[in-house]
Amino acid sequence: MAKTTEDMQQAVDYSKFPDSEGHFGVYGGRFVPETLMAPLAELSEAYLRYRNDPDFLREFDTDASQFVGRPSPLYYAERWSEKIGGARIYLKREDLNHTGAHKINNALGQALLAKRMGKKRVIAETGAGQHGVASATVAARLGMECVVYMGADDIQRQSPNVFRMRLLGAEVVPVTSGTRTLKDALNEAMRDWVTNVDDTFYIIGTVAGPHPYPLMVRDFQTIIGREAREQILEQEGRLPDALVACVGGGSNAIGLFHPFLNDASVQLHGVEAGGYGIDSGKHAAPLCAGKPGVLHGNRTYLMEDDWGQIIGTHSISAGLDYPGVGPEHSWLKDIKRAVYTSVTDDEAMQGFHAVTRTEGIIPALETSHALAHAEKLAREIGPGGIIIVNLSGRGDKDLQTVANVEGITL
Amino acid sequence: MSRIQARFDALKSAGRRALVPFITAGDPNPGLTVQLMHGLVEAGADIVELGVPFSDPIGDGPVIQLACERALKHGTSLGDVLAMVREFRQRNRDTPVVLMGYMNPIEVMGYRRFCEAAAEAGVDGVLTVDMPPEEMGELSECLADAGLDPIFLVAPTTTEQRMQVICDHARGFIYYVSLKGVTGSDTLDVAAVAERVGRLHRMTGLPVGVGFGISTADKAAQMSQAADAVVVGSALVRQIQDNVGDDAVIVENVTGLLASMRSAMDADAAATA
Repeated sequence: MAKTTEDMQQAVDYSKFPDSEGHFGVYGGRFVPETLMAPLAELSEAYLRYRNDPDFLREFDTDASQFVGRPSPLYYAERWSEKIGGARIYLKREDLNHTGAHKINNALGQALLAKRMGKKRVIAETGAGQHGVASATVAARLGMECVVYMGADDIQRQSPNVFRMRLLGAEVVPVTSGTRTLKDALNEAMRDWVTNVDDTFYIIGTVAGPHPYPLMVRDFQTIIGREAREQILEQEGRLPDALVACVGGGSNAIGLFHPFLNDASVQLHGVEAGGYGIDSGKHAAPLCAGKPGVLHGNRTYLMEDDWGQIIGTHSISAGLDYPGVGPEHSWLKDIKRAVYTSVTDDEAMQGFHAVTRTEGIIPALETSHALAHAEKLAREIGPGGIIIVNLSGRGDKDLQTVANVEGITL
Repeated sequence: MSRIQARFDALKSAGRRALVPFITAGDPNPGLTVQLMHGLVEAGADIVELGVPFSDPIGDGPVIQLACERALKHGTSLGDVLAMVREFRQRNRDTPVVLMGYMNPIEVMGYRRFCEAAAEAGVDGVLTVDMPPEEMGELSECLADAGLDPIFLVAPTTTEQRMQVICDHARGFIYYVSLKGVTGSDTLDVAAVAERVGRLHRMTGLPVGVGFGISTADKAAQMSQAADAVVVGSALVRQIQDNVGDDAVIVENVTGLLASMRSAMDADAAATA
């Protein structure tokens, strides 16, 4: 008898992924110039040594609590839920973390690892600037030199974060090659790492890149899902029906999803940036509309042309404006454990306003994509259901963008 | 015997080192590439390395990044690159051609389809910057079936153990990256390179080429003392970059620079012989 999808899912031992070479099925791996193979091996070895080291974990937990402000609350969005008239929606408040987004969880973890590895200089790429700010923040906290690569176009649309990074002592390097956005910033950070490999630690901001990054970043971000799981059990006495998170590279989504992978009753919804709509071709939704390929060190779904060139993406939110996605998401899509959908710029703006006005929480535009989908899903699941949305970041950085879209001069 | 091996055998008997120029296919425009390839051969190239333009060349410095952007502006695809090699082969049956690029265009075309088409076009070797031997999988078999040589990079950071793995997977020649950095960087330590090349020679019978950072005739001559082949890329591509719009000057300057490297290397070889 053919196995149902649910049977197959239950047969998957998620703790066995990735394998020792970083593969999630056919995805992931380590596709980098030879110069980086040895440093990646060194990084893997160091990470696996500290991954379960009580002393390292205690240091992480202490800073997570005293510097970042964890645990973040799980907040019942009562007015918004009632207005929608469907499932009860909970918001995992990562926007309340120090620096205003989930990015700090990972930046902190990697910087503490860099310190243990004796690296004095950290580099990072950033799109919306949230990971750059998080990296600059932990570098200041730990007394490390920090260089952040940022697409020249993103520097334009996220200037408050650029100023923040500079105040924190980081050097922000504008990247003018290619599409002048996040993917090009990642290229430039890789080139820096190839050149300064002896003393430099590259803090990748999402669950992409070569092994061990997708594993390591996931581990540092799963604090979100572990807390949320405990909190919902405490507040509702049962698991949620669905989790919703936006997906650019996919770190906030994997952080929320991963501790629930074995809970077959919990649906996982990843929301990509639909831009002007999937049919327009102007979007950033590789899982919804791309094909597998190799970019930035791993095999994953990509936005590419018929000859394998990476194509320009569009999203209203700089943090989702990326043509690839973490390899674990590609795998979860193929094995159908998670579903991936997209919402357009306009829908995200509606989600942004709805939550701002009914809950008094100004979400990031990235997060607003998840909120817009949660609204549809809450109606589908209906009253009696429970949804957790990862409120991955706050929207202060996006005020200029929102004003521009709405023709308002600040 | 592969064209690459035949070329190295002939050079060895003549007591000469191979000069391997690199240009990006389609740069500054697709119409000039085949003419440039022939010009490079006339100026003394033993093997031609042809870059397959890619949108995200993480192993390359600004000079080759811009070359990729110029080529892609003209829509130069992997299919176009193979057509250029086919055209080159109409007038040149002997000079080996190595494609150098990134994984994704090959991934999208399909390993077997790419290997068969490349061999049919007259390609001899394939170097994919972001494809370490560990991830080769079926590509290994497809290259072998098509008679194409897989060329791998060895870096200053490569451990002794990995060197052996790479030597075991490689055919044609080994490409030693002479510095930590991207293409077009400018700090060379000849003695350190010679030491690493010596180690590779003890591990494999394959010839060892050296590249990255070789920008002048002098450096080419120095490096040719240490290795079996000298690869020159960014210095040539810079001549293209500086003269975009004037194809005649580009051909003159690119071939002129390569010819000066050839004479410096040969003078050096004669002096030590």
